[in-house]
Formats: sequence, structure tokens, C-alpha cells
Amino acid sequence: MARVLVGVKRVVDYAVKIRVKPDKTGVVTEGVKHSMNPFDEIAVEEAVKMKEKKLASEIVAVSIGPTQSQEVIRTALAMGVDRGIHVEVSGKDYDLLQPIHVSKILAKLALDEKADLVIVGKQAIDDDSNQTAQMTAANLDWPQGTFCSKVEKTGDGYTITREIDGGLETIKCKSPAVLSADLRLNTPRYATLPNIMKAKKKPIKKVAPKDLGVDTTPRIDIVSVEEPPVRQAGAVVPDVDTLVAKLKEGGHIK
Amino acid sequence: MLRISAIATRNARNIVNGEVRRCLSATAAQPKHKVDVKQERATERQNMSFMANMFRGELEPSQVFPYPDVLNADQKEMITMLVDPFERFFRDINDPVKNEEISKLPTETENSLWELGAFGIQVPNELGGMGLNNTQYGRMCEIVGVNDLGLGIVIGAHQSIGFKGILLFGTDAQKQKYLPKVASEKVYAAFALTEPSSGSDAGSIRCRAVKSPDGKHYILNGSKIWISNGNIAEIMTVFAQTEVTDPKTGEKKDKVTAFIVERGFGGVTSGPPEKKMGIRCSQTAEVYFEDVKIPIENVLGKEGDGFKVAMNILNNGRFGMAATLSGTMRLCIQKASEHAANRVQFGKKIHNFGAIQEKLARMALHQYATESMAYTISQNMDSGSQDYHLEAAISKVFASESAWFVCDEAIQILGGMGYMQSAGLEKFMRDLRIFRIFEGTNDILRLFVALTGIQYAGSHLKELQRAFKNPAANLGLIFKESSRRAFRSVGIGGVDLNPYLHNDLRECGKQVSECMNEFGKAVEQLLVKHGKNIVDQQFMLNNLANAAIDIYASVVVLSRASRAAKLNLPTVENELLLAKTWCTDASYRALLNLKKTGSNDHVDLYNQMTKISNTVIENDGVFTTRPID
Repeated sequence: MARVLVGVKRVVDYAVKIRVKPDKTGVVTEGVKHSMNPFDEIAVEEAVKMKEKKLASEIVAVSIGPTQSQEVIRTALAMGVDRGIHVEVSGKDYDLLQPIHVSKILAKLALDEKADLVIVGKQAIDDDSNQTAQMTAANLDWPQGTFCSKVEKTGDGYTITREIDGGLETIKCKSPAVLSADLRLNTPRYATLPNIMKAKKKPIKKVAPKDLGVDTTPRIDIVSVEEPPVRQAGAVVPDVDTLVAKLKEGGHIK
Repeated sequence: MLRISAIATRNARNIVNGEVRRCLSATAAQPKHKVDVKQERATERQNMSFMANMFRGELEPSQVFPYPDVLNADQKEMITMLVDPFERFFRDINDPVKNEEISKLPTETENSLWELGAFGIQVPNELGGMGLNNTQYGRMCEIVGVNDLGLGIVIGAHQSIGFKGILLFGTDAQKQKYLPKVASEKVYAAFALTEPSSGSDAGSIRCRAVKSPDGKHYILNGSKIWISNGNIAEIMTVFAQTEVTDPKTGEKKDKVTAFIVERGFGGVTSGPPEKKMGIRCSQTAEVYFEDVKIPIENVLGKEGDGFKVAMNILNNGRFGMAATLSGTMRLCIQKASEHAANRVQFGKKIHNFGAIQEKLARMALHQYATESMAYTISQNMDSGSQDYHLEAAISKVFASESAWFVCDEAIQILGGMGYMQSAGLEKFMRDLRIFRIFEGTNDILRLFVALTGIQYAGSHLKELQRAFKNPAANLGLIFKESSRRAFRSVGIGGVDLNPYLHNDLRECGKQVSECMNEFGKAVEQLLVKHGKNIVDQQFMLNNLANAAIDIYASVVVLSRASRAAKLNLPTVENELLLAKTWCTDASYRALLNLKKTGSNDHVDLYNQMTKISNTVIENDGVFTTRPID
């Protein structure tokens, strides 16, 4: 049976209307509702299902970020994860943390924890990087199955259905492996209130990146974060001729 | 919960029979009723209720200023964790329209709710519940209020009243035996008080339990009506008359006793679910008891204390309605605002019109005040207060009427669209109607507020009268009192809220303080004028209660806005504005209501109303000649 490592990121809730900070250094996060990255919830659900099917022996959830990141670890614990690891990164280091750092941390933890499978969401809904699974696999030199919409245990490896442009692709890979969860992989369960209570007793270990030998010193600078341009108001034209003329004027037709 | 009806009349009745009369008649020659030793002791303990003290013209700030803050960091985090899955349940699984259509919860929904832990929110962890305190429970209620009031009654009838008695008064053995079942083992509970001939007058129930000759059982007979969950509950809190012997006099008297009754005892049957205006997914049924053999260890509380048990259960759950309905108002306001922001008429978005603006503003004000009350009371309760009953009653009246008003105005803003089922408001309107009726009708609760407050003021006056009989020994008390009155009569002194308020709210502080001073005077004048007969002055008591409600709402709003200012919350400016607007508006109303209590014009007016009402009764309806006959 496998030990599964799942990455869970704390992000601004998907339902929140995002606002850019006045100084354009980022988006407003203070006083804003946060929750677990929805794709990571799918990753957690997949791991919990594996445990229910006796395919996994233990599930460890990892979150990298400030103290509040423990909230999403708690949610994962309430969903059925066994224990958590909180890698504390805060301040500027966290604001500028990149997939390369995250993947190094996850790779190191996968080895330390003797994990046989790493599952992460295909991307986080805040920075949309979509790199962590790929880089983690590279760091570990393990096979990767990204954008999974179905995962089956076959023999000593996995048969994975991947969502690709225009259809589905089925691949086989050996264990250990790194997977990334796509939207249709499963429907995550609710953390029920009693399980949330029980989750309070499950352990969360706290470590620093330097304990894992990973340097998270920022190497980039954010120059400017801008709101998307506001859509221009439309206008009603009296007839088709005017419409055609306007379109030509705007260079939309010749 | 539907029609557990009842409530406080009996308290009012106590007042009629004993307390107020005893307190007020200067020559209380021979009190007909023995002085209840316990009650006497209770009046000796200082009453910390803001409202009770206002009745005697005093300011007791401890329960309102500063705004209570009982949750520690851990408890707050707990809430954040719980809110999400609860909201998701409503978003993804629950379908209020379907629940209503089939007039019950579908099995899948029911099971999810049990799994979620929603049936044992306040049961201690070790007994299978969530172990939340009142404030945390209130936050959960709010979510229910936003989504499905019918479902709210299903879970509320179960835990807010159904087994609350076991939680509050149960012995350890009773708790161990029953709480795990009702918290997590899919066993429903119900609260059975109301009977066909006993609604608001809960003391008049006819169900009777007779002790078996060997003293090991009670045999219960009778029937109850309008019992929420009555047809699905396996465990019920049932109230019945029992013969109790007074330990001192040996006199035998009928007194109400509370029992934990299991359907499995045999002899318990129930009728089909009633067809109702709203909250249809909550099943309301008659329950019949025929020679039900109840083991003596299933008496809840003491024998003969049933009325106290019932009132405490109801008082204890009232803030939950305020929390629930502040959620409902949130939803109504959101729907109204979406419409007003987008609907164009006369070439403008309709929110630009004053007629709509006043509606939206008043809706926001009522929501703010209700929410402020709910969490003041829940937090008072969590910090161990025993003196929250007036406030809890006020919150039930205020919340149910505010929600009705807010939902009605939301429908009005949406116009024809609001009247359509698809807008999702008409169901709320129907579901809301019951909140003004059950768990103590608002009319009875108004009398409860006024009379309980007056009783407290009266007991204080009695103390004064005693002091005057022996002035030398009580000089301090007399001096304090007479100087207070003297100053007040020339407009100096009285209460002053301003030391507790944010600077921007000083003007409101003055207005509300004035209302409080006028309130104290009005109570005194009513007592002087009517003496013990005040209990029969329902028109005046109503005015007094209305003023009390407005003042309490103002005070909690002032306190909450001051908190917002102190913490410099992002919403502080709006909250200060809400507080100012509410207080100015409410102070006008309160002063007017107080004026009515002392005005002879209104005495005449109310006498006329009595006459008109009598004529209607005599003629079985209107008694006029058609203008075209």
C-alpha cells in the first residue's frame, strides 16, 4: 500500500471578487475569505478514496505558506487525511514563492516521508502556474501523470486517463509517480462537522524550508499587478450599414 | 417548534396572582400566596439585565458595553472551519423547493444533515455532538436562515427545544442515555407542550400523569397538537399536570412536570402531518398518549417544576431565531439590491429613486439591529449570564417582525417579479409568518417584557416603601433615591450612555439616554396611576414594550458600531452611519410610544377600541350599514 503526499494550497476563495491593491504590488488578501485551492480538494479526495479502497496506507497533506495555511491542512484532515505538514513561509518570501521552490520542497518531503505517490491540483486558482506537478516529478525523476480525469491502480503502477486538448489520453506509468488532478477526476466530499472536530486532534508538523535544504529567497520582483481592462460600453447603431461602417472603421473587417 | 406555543403567560400570571400585587400594594396586608423562598432569593441577587434595570430608571451596562466578545481564537477558527461545509451542504445538496413539494426532507438530505452533525450542534463532544456554544450555534443558524427556514425548523425543533431540556436540566444518567442518540444516531426529538385548549396559556394544559401506587412510574394520558417532528420523534419532552404535595403544608396541588417520553414506552401514537402555510418540510403532527408508562427516572427537572423547565428551554432558544432571521434578512436584502441595481424604469436604475432608497436603507437597518441583538444575547449567555430573558424575548419579537418587514419590502422592490415563485421570496414570506406566532406569540412576549420589567421595578419600589417605614436606618437609600428623582424632574442626572460610546455617536447617545430616562419615568407613572391593576392595562403595556424594544435595539447597535470603530473595521463608516440613523429613527418612535402611556387622549382612544372590539364580538363581525343601502 502506498503512502500518499498531497499538496494543498490556501488561496483566495473562488467566489471572492478579486481587487488589486492600490499600490499595484498584488491583490488584496486581508479580510478576504480564503479556502483550499479547488483542484487540491480534488487531489485530497482522490487520495482519501484510495485509502478507502485500501490502496493507500497513509495520507500526508502539505501546505506551504503563512500560519493561516494550517486552516487548509485542517480541512484536508477533516476530509480524511491522516496528518499534516506545514512548511512555514511568510512575508515577501511567500509573496514571491514560485513553483520551482514548491516543487523542491514537495520532492524533498516525498523522499523524507517515503511517499510512493504525490498528488497535487493541476494548478492553483490564484497564480494559475500549472507547473508544480511537472517540476516535482522532474526533481524526483519520477514518472508524471498530469490533468488526470481517472486514476486506476494496475499492477505495480497506474493507468491514467488525462484530459488533453480535444479529448482524452490514456497512459500507464510506474510507481512511484506524481499526479495532478483535473476538474473531472472526482467530486470532493464535505468535511462533516464531527470530522472537523476529530481533525483537531490529528497532528500537524511544522517545518521551515531551510530544514529541508530549500532556499526560498525571492529571485524575481513583481513590477506591477493590473486589473483587467474594463469592458467598453456598447452602442446601438441605427442600421446594418452603420454597423458595417463602424466595423471597418475599427479595423474588424476589410 | 411550531406551536410549542406557550410561554410566558404563566409568568405574567404569576405576576397577576402574586408578585406585582404583593409588590405594589403598600398595605400588603395578607399576601394570598406564600412567598416563594427561592424567588425571593433570586430578587436579592443583583439582576444584571440591561432591560430589567432600565425599567427602574437605572443603567446596568455590563451586558451591553462594550460589545461582548466571548470567542477565543480557537473557537473563532472553529467557526471558520464549520461555515464552509455547512454552506456547501445548502448549495450542493439541499433543495428547499423540493423539500416543500414533498413536505419532508428527502432521505438523502436527511442523511447528509446527520452526517454533517447538524442535529447535535450544542451536545458535548463526548456525547457525540459538536459541543458548540450559543454564539457558534448562532452563526450556524444564520446560514440556515439564508437558505431554508423549513429545514431550520426540522433541526431547530429537534435541538433548540426537542432535547434542550435534557441538555439544560437532565441528570447525568439522562444525558448519557439520550444525548448520544439525538446528537448522532438519527433519533429525532420533539417538544410537546401545546394542547388543543392550551396555547399561549401554557399553565392550563390537561395532559395528566399519575404516579403508580409503587411510586416507580407515572402513567401519562392526554394529547398534544402542532408538535414539530411529532410524527417522527422517538424521544419527546412532554409536559403534564401532576399532583404535587407541598412539603410544608401537606396541601396537594396540580403542578406541571416535565418528562422524557420514548415512543417505545408504548401508548404513544401520532396523527398525520398538518397542512401548513409555510415551513412545510417540517412535519407538524398531533401526538396522543394513552396510559404511557414513564419510569420515574424520566422526570426532567424536579416534580412540579415543569413550567420552569418549559420556560427555560424556550428562553434559552430564542436568540437562535434572531440569528436565523438575520441570515434570512441578509438574503432578502441581497435579492432586493440585485434587482434595484439593474432594473431600469423611467430611464433610470430604480435604486436612484428615494422611494426605493428608503426601503433598502430600512431593510439594512433592521438586519443590523437584529444581528446585533442576536450576538449580544448569545454571548451574554455564553459568559454565564442568568439575566437574559427580557432581552431574549425582545430579540424574538424584533427579529420575527423585522424579517417579515424586510422580506415584504424585498418583494415590493421586485414588484410583480417578487410575487412570482421563481424569485425565491414568496416561500420565505410564507415560512416567516410562523415566527411571529410560535415559541410564544409576539403579543404575549410583549406583555411578558412589560410585566416582568414592571415587576422588577415594582419590587424595587417596595424596597423604598419599606425604607420609608424606617427612615433612620435607610437614610442612604432614601437620599440616593430622592435626589435622583429630584434631579431628574428638573432634567439633570438620569442615565448617560455616552461614556460607553465612540465619539461620533454622542448625539445618538444623548437621544437614547433621553429615551431611557423617559422610560423610567413612564414606568413609575404607570405604577403610580394603576398600581396593581397595571396587569390589566394591555394597551399601555404594549406601548411600553414597543419602546423597550426600540431602546434595546438602539443600545446594542450603538455598542456594536462603537466596537467597529474601536477595531477600525473596514466597514466602520457604514456601521456608524447605520447606528446613527437607527437611533434617531428609533428614538422618535420610542418617545412617542412612551408619551402614549401617559396621555389621557390615548386612554380615551383605547377605551373606544375596547368598545369597537366588543361590538364586533357581539355582532359576530362588522356592525355597520352599507353606504349604498
